[in-house]
Amino acid sequence: MTAVLSEEGAGASPAPSGGRRSGSDRPARLPRPGRAGLLPYALLVPALVALGVGLGYPLVRLGVMSTQEFGLPQQFGAPAPFVGGENFRSIFGDPYFWDVLRRSLVFCAVSVVLTLVLGTLLALLLARLGTVMRTGLSVALLLAWATPALTATIVWQWIFDARYGVVNWLLTRLGGDFQGHSWLSQPLSFFFVGTLVVVWMGVPFVAFTLYAGMTQIPGEVMEAAAIDGAGGWARFRDVTWPALKPIFVVLAALSTLWDLRVFTQIYVLQQAGGITRETNTLGVYAYRTSAGNDFGRGAAVALVMVGITLLATLFHLRQMFSQEEV
Amino acid sequence: MRRHRALWNAVAAAVMVVVAFPVYWMFVTSFRPNSQIRSAPRFLPFGTLENYRAVFERDHFWSSFANSLQVTLLTVVFALFTAFLAALAVARFRFRGRVAFLVLVLLVQMVPAEALMISVVKVLEGWDLRNSIAGLTITYVAFVLPFTVWTLRGFVGGVPRELEEAAMVDGSSRLRAFFTVTLPLVAPGLVATGIFAFIQAWNEFTFALVIMDRPEKETLPVWLQAFNFGARGTDWGGVMAGSTLITVPVIVFFLFVHRRVAAGLTAGAVKG
Repeated sequence: MTAVLSEEGAGASPAPSGGRRSGSDRPARLPRPGRAGLLPYALLVPALVALGVGLGYPLVRLGVMSTQEFGLPQQFGAPAPFVGGENFRSIFGDPYFWDVLRRSLVFCAVSVVLTLVLGTLLALLLARLGTVMRTGLSVALLLAWATPALTATIVWQWIFDARYGVVNWLLTRLGGDFQGHSWLSQPLSFFFVGTLVVVWMGVPFVAFTLYAGMTQIPGEVMEAAAIDGAGGWARFRDVTWPALKPIFVVLAALSTLWDLRVFTQIYVLQQAGGITRETNTLGVYAYRTSAGNDFGRGAAVALVMVGITLLATLFHLRQMFSQEEV
Repeated sequence: MRRHRALWNAVAAAVMVVVAFPVYWMFVTSFRPNSQIRSAPRFLPFGTLENYRAVFERDHFWSSFANSLQVTLLTVVFALFTAFLAALAVARFRFRGRVAFLVLVLLVQMVPAEALMISVVKVLEGWDLRNSIAGLTITYVAFVLPFTVWTLRGFVGGVPRELEEAAMVDGSSRLRAFFTVTLPLVAPGLVATGIFAFIQAWNEFTFALVIMDRPEKETLPVWLQAFNFGARGTDWGGVMAGSTLITVPVIVFFLFVHRRVAAGLTAGAVKG
């Protein structure tokens, strides 16, 4: 759920950056320490309990499961024996795991780069439009942003449907031979569609956030640069880009986190296209391994995913904390 | 300059069409009979409610709808209550562990739900909470909480603390002041944050897929994917009608809070 949560949640309000503005000057006027007593801790108890029960404990269980072996006896209720690092040794020794990892990283990198480039271009476009066209484009972007991941994927699946899909119809009318062409049965075109869904959903947040950042750049600075003879590209490179760079870094980190763990889009397209082995990404692979009752190895794969995410998060947090006082 | 403007407008129009097309296409398809869907595409809305009727009469649609609604509302209520208390703590007090808590919230927000699918099911199974609204709600609250806490913290910070202090001078306890003074003032923030929690719980697919694996326990997204998978491209009208039914409330809410949250946050920044 965090995927959904953060894509829309962190997105729309810029969760972290939103809090930042109002938070920055508050601590100066906080009450003297000591007077508060235990009240703040009591206020935190429900949240900590909810996080511990719903998230912390499952995380611990994941760690424990990754050191256990699940086989036939466990399906009949026998306790799973501990095997230490055997599951990790097994997945790291499996060339298929490295295929999946490489595929996930490439998919993530391609999606992130496309999302950021297109988002930046759209933000620049938004800044150049009149009110009417800007509103129109914003509404279109909001529609893409608001659509739930599941229905978005199903709709794209319909657009690329082999028999009645509008893409095949259009390409055939343009002179190609795409009647009955199945996009989802080849790994490369499968990931083309998958990337399209992910990028379509991810671009609006990037475009809006960067556009909001651009409107913070004083018009006089731009004018002064223009008077000094800076062309469009020079103005972007020397004025817009330095001002937006911090936002851009945060957006890059967030997009990386979201695209690394993508599940719904890949899972649904796999169900539609029928190929799984050549298209599994980390999240789907962990799920499918566990669905085959191999919970130990599934948990190990999931933990690898958590580990990679953690690295990306630490990088992201360092960026955030270097920019603000929480 | 004028020539440029026309060029940009043309580019924007093209982008608009491409970006909005999938949502438009979902909508248009949902109103067309399947016999026509199988012939050449038509791009204007065509009126039949046949697909919607089929969806309403389809097995488990109403039970899924009821499940979705229950889980979503329970998630919103519990998440808002817990998050409001936590937001008060971090916005109004300086205490040991405050920064640690905020870092924890940020870290937790990054934990990939997809990695926890397996172990959450095992944990809930152990508590006899698999295929139960309660089990799914517990999971959703935990995953919605970081965002809710973080956003409400901004809204609480936007309420001048002097108002609480005035109430306390008048003899109110601090906790009482929080509920009589601060709570009504952050109502817009609660609405906006609540709607976000609503959207997230309503949309959620991955946990529901593994936790609610009995047909009568499905939530709407799981029901829709089962329908989509089962139809295998034979009932696009029905699948698109189902998709539209799930998506429209989300889009409406989203358009609404998008502005609301932005306004609330800027207001907080000016006043704080």
